[in-house]
Amino acid sequence: MAIVNKRAPGRRKKVYFNKGRQVDKLSLDEAKLLLNDFLPLQKDMLIEYLHLFNDKYNGLYARHLRALSELMNLSMSEVYEVASFYAHFHLVDGENIISPKVTVKVCDSVTCEMYGAEKIFTEAKLKHKDIRVEKAPCMGRCNYAPVVEVNHNHLLKADDKAIDQAILNKDFSYSNEKFINFDTYINNGGYKLFNKIIKKEVTFENMTDIFSVSGLRGLGGAGFPAFKKWQFVKSYKGPRLMCINADEGEPGTFKDRYYLNKDPHRFLEGTLVAAKLVEAEKCYIYIRDEYYGLIKLIEKQINILEDNNIVPKNFLLIRRGAGAYICGEESALIESIEGKRGIPRNRPPYVAEVGLFGKPTLVHNVETVYWIREIYEKGGEWFSSHGRNGRKGLRTFSVSGFVKKPGIKLTDAGITIKELIEEHCGGMLDGHEFKGYLPGGASGGILPASLGDIPLDFDTLQEYDCFIGSAAVVILSDKVNMKDIGLNLMRFFEDESCGQCTPCRNGTSMAVKLMQEKNWNIELLTELSKTMNKASICGLGQAAPNPLQSIIRHFKEDIN
Amino acid sequence: MIKFKLNGTEIVAEENESIWKAAKKKNIEIPHLCHADEVGYDPNGNCRACVVQVKGERTLTASCIRKPSEGMEVDSISEEVYAAQKMIFELLAADQPCKENHPDPESKFWQWGDKLEVNEKKFPKNKSIKKDISHPSMHVNLEACINCNLCVRACREVQSNDVIGMAFRGHESKVIFDFDDEMASSSCVGCGECVQACPTGALMEKSLLNVDGKRDVYPDKSVNTLCPYCGVGCQTKVFVKDNKIVQVDGRDGPANNQKLCVKGRFGFDYIHNEGRLTKPLIRKNNVKKEAIEDYSKLKVSDYFREATWEEVIKLTSLKLKSIHENFGSSSICGFGSAKGSNEEAYLFQKLIRTAFQTNNVDHCTRLCHASSVAALMECVGSGAVSAPFTTVNESDCMIIIGARPTTNHPVAATYFKRAAKDGKKLIIMDPRTQDLTRHAYKHLQFKPGKDVALLNALIFTIIEEELYDKQYVASMTEGFDTLKKNINKFRPEEMEQVCGISAKEIREVARTYATSDKSIIFWGMGVSQHIHGTDNSRCLITLALITGHIGRPGTGLHPLRGQNNVQGASDAGLIPMVFPDYKSVEDKGIHKNMEKFWDTKLDDKKGLTVVEIIDGVCKGKIKGMYVMGENPVMSDPDQNHTIEGMCKLDTLVVQDIFMTETAWYADIILPASAHAEKNGTFTNTNRQVQMGRKVLNAPGEAREDLDIIIDLGISLGLNWNYKDVSEVFNEMASIMPSLNNITWERIDKEDSVTYPCESKDMPGSEIVFSQNFPTQSGLGKIVPTNIISPDELPDKNFPFVLTTGRLLEHWHTGSMTRKSETLDKIEPEAIVSMNSQDMSYLKLEPGNKVTVKTRRGSVKLSVRQDRELPKGMIFIPFCFSEAAANKLTNPQLDPYGKIPEFKYCAANIEAC
Repeated sequence: MAIVNKRAPGRRKKVYFNKGRQVDKLSLDEAKLLLNDFLPLQKDMLIEYLHLFNDKYNGLYARHLRALSELMNLSMSEVYEVASFYAHFHLVDGENIISPKVTVKVCDSVTCEMYGAEKIFTEAKLKHKDIRVEKAPCMGRCNYAPVVEVNHNHLLKADDKAIDQAILNKDFSYSNEKFINFDTYINNGGYKLFNKIIKKEVTFENMTDIFSVSGLRGLGGAGFPAFKKWQFVKSYKGPRLMCINADEGEPGTFKDRYYLNKDPHRFLEGTLVAAKLVEAEKCYIYIRDEYYGLIKLIEKQINILEDNNIVPKNFLLIRRGAGAYICGEESALIESIEGKRGIPRNRPPYVAEVGLFGKPTLVHNVETVYWIREIYEKGGEWFSSHGRNGRKGLRTFSVSGFVKKPGIKLTDAGITIKELIEEHCGGMLDGHEFKGYLPGGASGGILPASLGDIPLDFDTLQEYDCFIGSAAVVILSDKVNMKDIGLNLMRFFEDESCGQCTPCRNGTSMAVKLMQEKNWNIELLTELSKTMNKASICGLGQAAPNPLQSIIRHFKEDIN
Repeated sequence: MIKFKLNGTEIVAEENESIWKAAKKKNIEIPHLCHADEVGYDPNGNCRACVVQVKGERTLTASCIRKPSEGMEVDSISEEVYAAQKMIFELLAADQPCKENHPDPESKFWQWGDKLEVNEKKFPKNKSIKKDISHPSMHVNLEACINCNLCVRACREVQSNDVIGMAFRGHESKVIFDFDDEMASSSCVGCGECVQACPTGALMEKSLLNVDGKRDVYPDKSVNTLCPYCGVGCQTKVFVKDNKIVQVDGRDGPANNQKLCVKGRFGFDYIHNEGRLTKPLIRKNNVKKEAIEDYSKLKVSDYFREATWEEVIKLTSLKLKSIHENFGSSSICGFGSAKGSNEEAYLFQKLIRTAFQTNNVDHCTRLCHASSVAALMECVGSGAVSAPFTTVNESDCMIIIGARPTTNHPVAATYFKRAAKDGKKLIIMDPRTQDLTRHAYKHLQFKPGKDVALLNALIFTIIEEELYDKQYVASMTEGFDTLKKNINKFRPEEMEQVCGISAKEIREVARTYATSDKSIIFWGMGVSQHIHGTDNSRCLITLALITGHIGRPGTGLHPLRGQNNVQGASDAGLIPMVFPDYKSVEDKGIHKNMEKFWDTKLDDKKGLTVVEIIDGVCKGKIKGMYVMGENPVMSDPDQNHTIEGMCKLDTLVVQDIFMTETAWYADIILPASAHAEKNGTFTNTNRQVQMGRKVLNAPGEAREDLDIIIDLGISLGLNWNYKDVSEVFNEMASIMPSLNNITWERIDKEDSVTYPCESKDMPGSEIVFSQNFPTQSGLGKIVPTNIISPDELPDKNFPFVLTTGRLLEHWHTGSMTRKSETLDKIEPEAIVSMNSQDMSYLKLEPGNKVTVKTRRGSVKLSVRQDRELPKGMIFIPFCFSEAAANKLTNPQLDPYGKIPEFKYCAANIEAC
């Protein structure tokens, strides 16, 4: 975050002004122009408005923020704390400071770092003095590591030449892959289920029956049975709301991006079905800013649905994330949709009871709703007929790391890592020996190769203090040092901690400090891990010490 | 009731009570930092110092926010819980300066740290942030900050000032002011609520710290008393070290719920100013009385000689007696003060009335709400508020007209902001915008002086659209038919030209006010200080009477009182037309009773009011004046005229704590006591009679005001034998039915009692007029009004409208606040506010020196660019003697309230 905190114009010069920063007319006019299509201004739209400024002026100038606070009747601090929370907003404050037009972000999450991101970053930083070069967390392209973003353009298997080229050609946009369009989707029976639900040909009970048989669980990571969630939300008095969590940010995860892009209407139909089931009055689709092209794609598909009278206007609303992993946590996501900092809430009450704008809220991950149509059409038994090693259902693994064919692998729940590597990933990369793996992104802990035969599914990894989460599998080889991996992951949590509670805010930062030491103080780190795990408010702080603990437990030879 | 087990023992919690609170009731202490068990603070659960184990749960939970459920088993002392709690402190300690270099080693953080036996060096140091020492009274050392959010909640939820935020994220997250600005250059209003809330000393009063920002002042006693400033009546706890006030905290009083503003919290140091009067003074024989231009460089010894108390008391009584004997009763007058206690006000008016048989006794209520009181007495039979301002938490709609509460009643404003944040509709009517505008549903920025047009257009709408409460009008009011006839002239479509607000807006606001279930009206000097001030108030009363928005919680009429005891001083009879409790001096029966009660002859004609008295002095009719705690040279309109009067007086006796501008014209000066130097009761704007307690002795030979009045009375031959201030209160209460069931002892015990009060063991009635009105008919009287133009309209030579008032930091004439180092540092200089459009038209830059001129005089001061001013209007605060606004103001009076038109006169402004 670029903060230049010099004395700025417009501050209180002695007593010849009202207290605090002044609003200047030029900035006010610029702000009014930009916000013209959004009147009357709404408090919960603050992040969307900040995007307008950030996009147009390549950063958030203090003078514009001052004008925005005036126009929104918000205090300066209310605007600033939100603007400064999200990594994609660049704060610009100070005389004659002009925000660069190009931002190069080098992914520094675990897979990209294994593929040499650090070197790319250092070189780019040295080379490009007039543009903004920064590190950024996972961009959801881990099978093409290392990944670099130039403005919205994702460069895959990037190198310094590709970066130069993109800058030179002003190639800044996000390109989507081919997708199944509305007509094709309709022609293949799309939105039939949704129609049946509307016409009550398929009832709430029909659906909960099917889905209890299917065993479909929340695929964002927590794994709560989908039908139970519907029952809970429906049991609270309306009005109710729904949110789609498309803030896929767990390092190593890219399945939601894949599904959103591949078959957007399957996702949208699933969303609408779930929304109808709980009688939600609106559904907010919160998509991470890294998937800028997908935001545009989904927006367009929603317009098509509206034009075809499938959904009323403003029933499906897109909210654009702004660079904060924590917003993948459902209560933080809700806070963010409300236009605030993404700060997880203390529970109880759960969001099913008191959620968005204080109303009962159904929050689903993208992939969870993506399966709704197919499971309905093929039956609950069809879904649960898959699976191996005693587990049931299908899982979408996002595989990255040192294997020959990384990527999205839709396969049996309960598959072991060794089976996954051999059957789906073409084996390890030449010259790499399987050393261990992350079964569930940065927070799911790390398992050694010796534990390569355990079934991968919800509930199966608990005894190893790991979890599968969003099924982001990162394959590690003998070429990595586990201390480096551990530090990378802890740094990620430090960067992404919302800062609300002590164990996470201070714990992640302290752990990074201690893990930078040549010799780890294992006793202290273990004690610290325990407090983080037990006393943090949300899953981020609770899970942050998982990889550290895994390393201490399974990779002693790499420490000290 | 919920039964659950805590550490193996079954305990109960109320519905919605947290585990922490239920434990506390059982005297089980659970550590806590971010949780303040104080009014206005919701639990936040972020610091995690209070984590406990709920049986069967994977992780620990914050007991401050978690509510127990039936049968839950909670452990707050197990080894695992203790280890987590302790480590929370150890992690926080790694961010802190070490204990011996800590801003406050006795803060809550270290107290708990000691109890938990934390090892502050367990982790390596992990944070360093630069100090912010920019504010004159607060020290910001965020290195000691634990991100507990209490200051954010204090600023945002408790005070609704919204200056502090928690910005950035993770370990970088940080308390900020505005856009991470220095505190002093931010929009911070200095209320210091954050300082009171901070559990570590990261935010602290500078008065407790040494130059290195480390605490070295620990008070040796504290006294529960009141704030000396505005009419809100905040209860305070005042801390003293070595006979000096070092710190003031807010207490949970009925009008402030712990909150204070910058004046109340940091403006206490005026009493220690070196300018305090410590010896009685007598004017030197050879020093003539003539107008003084610059008061700042005068030397007391050039004008006065020191004297003994015996000499000044004797001389005062001799001089006044001789005037009385030679020129009669009406040649003597007294100005009491709304800054003094009820007992002082009562005894002062008793002295003037009984020693000199004149009713020429008045005080600054004349200059603030006299017209409001006139209208209220006429229409509803009582001059006090019908409901406390705290009732807004039950209102659906609030109108605030002609008042700037965030400046003049900052703590009352916190309730208005809170209510608006909670979704209640706030309607502001004022030519100037203000801090509250941001919270308002509507701000009607009408043309200055056009109140009657606007308000009657609202009344018109309510009648025409039949939104009035027919049943209420029929059963509770009189005069509606006359109003209905008169109101035809005020169709909003015609009034929009006059008042500058569109008919559509007028109609919408009228509908909102009338149709809300509970609406309430607040007003201030913007309504009262006009020659049509009484009419303005009549309109407001009419609005309430025709809609029935009075007499129920959440409804009513509330003129916001300006001084700490303006309600009480008026109640006590410091008014020329009435004896205590507003009993007319011209009513034969009352007059007789009072003569009997005081056992003396009394004047049976009403006396002169403040401005009339000055006129009387100038005309040579009044020759002797006794001023206690007032500063007419600064507070009265047309200063040149006032000074002419001061110079003309044969004898001017000034009793004060400082050499006020008025004191320089005195013959005798009686050094008196500040608020903190005496006991007494004070009645705030909410009708709450509260106890002010002595914190310190007055300096030098200065004496308590009541003792001075008593000695003077005795010297004047009055048969007075008061031994204690409580005796004065009890005498006063015995002839004031409004104080029934309220005794000195009760106030001392309860700190605050609202009047009227129906029995000794019941709280007073906050809401009055629910059954009837204390008028002769028992009905509320509706009085129609017509448009009267302000006395002096702008013209070619004087094209601007000048309005005057206060600043947040400077109260009234500045006699106290300008002597406070903190307050004077924030607002050190005379300014005239105007908007940037007018400034660019006149080619003025912020800070330029200008001359502001009216038909009565001119002043030189600097321009402040102020977005709150409308085009064509300028504002000058009346606290700066170096550029006294009242040199400019128009002394024309409202015919009923006798209040001058401070809020409107024609002025010219040019660069100098």
